[in-house]
Amino acid sequence: MTANIDLATLWAFIIAFAVFVYVVMDGFDLGLGILFPLFPAKADRDVIMNSVAPVWDGNETWLVLGGGGMMAAFPLAYAVLMPALYTPVVAMLIGLIFRGVAFEFRWRTTQSLRNRWDIAFAGGSMLAALAQGIALGAILQGVHVDGRHYAGGWWDWLTPFSILTGIALLVGYALLGATWLVLKTEGELRDKAYGLSFYLLFAMLGVIGMVSVATPFLHIQYTERWFSWPNIVLTAPVPIAVAVVAVALLRSLATRQDSRPFFLTLALFGLSYAGLGISMYPFIVPQSITIWQAASPQSSQLFMLAGVAVLVPLILGYTGWAYWVFRGKVRAGSGYH
Amino acid sequence: MFEGWDAVVLARAQFAFTMSFHIVFPAFSIGLASYLAVLEALWLWSGREVFINLFQYWLKIFAVAFGMGVVSGIVMSYQFGTNWSAFADKTGPIIGPLMAYEVLTAFFLEAGFLGVMLFGLERVGHRLHFLATLMVATGTLISAFWILSANSWMQTPAGYAVNADGQFVAADWLQVIFNPSFPYRLVHMVLAAYLTTALVVGAVGAFHLWRDSRLPGPRVMFSMAMWMATLVAPLQILAGDQHGLNTLEHQPAKVMAMEGHYQSHPDGAPLVLFGLPNQAAGRVDYAIEIPKLSSLILKHAPDAPLNGLDTVPRQNWPPVPITFWSFRIMVGLGFLIMTLGLCSLWMRWRGTLYASKLLHIFAMAMGPAGFVAVLAGWITTETGRQPFTVYGLLRTVDAASPLAAPAVGSSLIAFVLVYFAIFAAGVIYILRLMALPPLHGEQGPRGDLPAHAAGITPAVGVAAQGAT
Repeated sequence: MTANIDLATLWAFIIAFAVFVYVVMDGFDLGLGILFPLFPAKADRDVIMNSVAPVWDGNETWLVLGGGGMMAAFPLAYAVLMPALYTPVVAMLIGLIFRGVAFEFRWRTTQSLRNRWDIAFAGGSMLAALAQGIALGAILQGVHVDGRHYAGGWWDWLTPFSILTGIALLVGYALLGATWLVLKTEGELRDKAYGLSFYLLFAMLGVIGMVSVATPFLHIQYTERWFSWPNIVLTAPVPIAVAVVAVALLRSLATRQDSRPFFLTLALFGLSYAGLGISMYPFIVPQSITIWQAASPQSSQLFMLAGVAVLVPLILGYTGWAYWVFRGKVRAGSGYH
Repeated sequence: MFEGWDAVVLARAQFAFTMSFHIVFPAFSIGLASYLAVLEALWLWSGREVFINLFQYWLKIFAVAFGMGVVSGIVMSYQFGTNWSAFADKTGPIIGPLMAYEVLTAFFLEAGFLGVMLFGLERVGHRLHFLATLMVATGTLISAFWILSANSWMQTPAGYAVNADGQFVAADWLQVIFNPSFPYRLVHMVLAAYLTTALVVGAVGAFHLWRDSRLPGPRVMFSMAMWMATLVAPLQILAGDQHGLNTLEHQPAKVMAMEGHYQSHPDGAPLVLFGLPNQAAGRVDYAIEIPKLSSLILKHAPDAPLNGLDTVPRQNWPPVPITFWSFRIMVGLGFLIMTLGLCSLWMRWRGTLYASKLLHIFAMAMGPAGFVAVLAGWITTETGRQPFTVYGLLRTVDAASPLAAPAVGSSLIAFVLVYFAIFAAGVIYILRLMALPPLHGEQGPRGDLPAHAAGITPAVGVAAQGAT
C-alpha cells in the first residue's frame, strides 16, 4: 500500500506538470488570440500568427495529455470532474476548434473572409481561456459528489468566484501573449506589446490579489492551509516571491530587455500555480476525493510511468528543437529570420 | 428543450456525430502523411522537380486537413469524461493508459515535427526536413496502433480483472494491447486509410488529366494512386474477410446482424444480398438470397451450420438494419474500388491510362468512396457490438454520465452547428486547393514564405548543407 501512496503522489505531480506545461505553452498562444483585436493591421496579424504557427499544435497536445493522463491515472476524478465542468469544457472545446482551424483557414481565403477567421481566432481564444479559468474556479470551490458520481446540476459551476478566476486567466494569458510578442517581434509591433504588457501586468497582479483573497473564504481548509502555524512558514514565501518577480518584471519592461518579460511572466504563472497546489493538495476534487481515492491501480500507474520516464524527456527534447528551429524575431512578409 | 428525451440516446448521437466527423480526417491524414513521405523520398532520390511540386501541393492540403483532425480529436478525448463518465471511471485504468501512450508516442511526435514539416524546408535542410516528414508519418501510424488497440479491447476484452470498485484493471498488458481482434482491425483500418487517400489523390489527378492530359504532376499522382488501388484493394478485401472470420469467433451476434441472420441455419446459411431487416418481427423481408453462400464464406463449407439471432437473448440484439446496410455499403464500395484498380491496370497495359476520359470520370466519381466506406465500416463494427460498450461486460446504458438530457442535447446542437460551419469551410478550402493543378515551382503552405523549390535540385541543396 505504501508503494501505491508514493505512486499516486508521483502521478499527481506528473499530471500537474502536464497541465502546467499546457498552461504556459498554450497560454501565450491563446494570449495572442486575446490580444488580436488590438492589432488590426494585416501585417501585424500575419507576424503574430506566424510566430506560433509552427508550434501551436504541439502546445495543445499537452492539454490532451492532461486530460488523457488524468483518465488513466485518476479515472474517478476524471469521471466526477468532467460532468461537473460540462458546460465550461464544451465551451473550451468549441473555442479551441475555432481558433485552431483559423491558423490554416485564414491563409486559404480572401481578405474579407480572412477577417472572419481572425474573429474566429480571437473569439475562440477568449472563449477557451475564459472557460479554462472558470473550470479552475469551479474545481477550487468544490463539486457535489455522491458515491462515484457527480451529483450536481449542469450550471453549478457558475458563481462569482468562477467568473473571477475566468477573468483572471484571461488577463494572465493576455500578459503571456504580450510578453511573447516582446520576445518575438520588433519595431512598432514590439513597442505596442511593451505598452500592453505594462497595463496587463498591473491587471494580473490585481486579479491574483483578488483570487488570493477570495480563495480562503471558499473553504475553512484553505484558510487553515495558508494561515495556520507552522504552515505559514512555508506558504508566506509564495506571495513574497510574487512581489519580487513582479518588481523584476516591471523593471525589465521599463528597461526594455526583450528576452526577459516573457520568462518572468512564466515565473509569475509558476508561483500562482504553486499556490493552487498548496490549496488543493492532497485533494484532486477539493474536499471530496483525494489523489489516493481517485488513483487507478498500480498496474496502470506503473505501466504508464515507464512510458513517461522515457518519453517525456524525449518529447521535451524534440519540442525544444522545434522551438529552436523557429527561434529569433519574426518579420513581416517573410516569416522567420 | 430536450425535456423528456433520453440522455443516453442524445449522448450516443453526440458520440456518433463527432466521431463520424473526426474519423474522416485521420483516415485521410494517415494515408497522406505516408504519401508525402514517399514523394519527398522520391524527390531526394531522383532529384526530379515533379516530386517536390507534388509534395508542396499535397502539403498545403495536408495542413488544412491535419488542423481539422487535431481540433475534432481534442473533442473526442474529452467526451469520454463529459458524456461517458461511468465508462471513464470503470475502464479508465485500461483505456486511459492506452490513450496516454497514444499521446506520448504519437500526438507529440506528429505535433513536434509538423511545424518543421510545414514551414521548415529551407530552415533545416533537406535531410532533416525529410526526417521530420518521416516522423509525422510514423506518428500517424503509431496513433492508429494505440487507438485501434483501445477500440479493439472494447470489442474483444482480454487480459483484465475487475476490482472491488467495479473497475476493469489490467492483469496482463500484452494481452490487453494485443487483444484478439486488434491485429485484424489495425490492418483493415490502415489499408482503408491508404485506399481512401489513394482514391482522393487519384480523383484529383484524374480531374486535371481530364482537362489536360499532358500535365506532368497529375500524370505522376494519377499513376501512383491507381497502382495503389490496383494492389491494395484486393489485399483489403482479403483483410476484411479475415477480420470477419475473427468477428465470427469473438462477436458472433455482430456477424449475424451483418448477414441479416435472424434465424439459425442448421444445414447451410444463405447469403442475403439485399432485403429489408425487420427488427420487430425478427426476419428479413423481401430477401434476395444465394443459398449456402454465407456458410461457404464464413465456414468454408456450404452445409456448415450457422447460428442466428434466435440463439441470442433479445436484450442483447444489435440493431440489425443499420449494421446490415452499412456492411453492404462498405463491401459494395470495396468491390467497386477493386474494379477501378483493375480498369486502370487494363488501361495502363493498353497505354491509355492518361488519355481515357472514361477512366478519369470513374476515378473522379470514386474520389469520396474511401471516406464513405470507412464510415460505413465503422458504423458496422460499432453498431454491431451494441448494446455493449465493453463487449459482453458493460452495457452502453450503464456507461453514460449522470447528466440531464438538456445538457447533452444543448451540447449536441452546439457541436452540430459548429462542425457544419467549420468543416464545410475546411472542405471548401481543400477543394479549392485541389481545383488548381500542381505547377512548376509549387509553393508550400505559406504563400508568403517562399519555399525556393523551383529549379533547385536536392543534390545541390544537400551539398550546400554539407558545406555549412
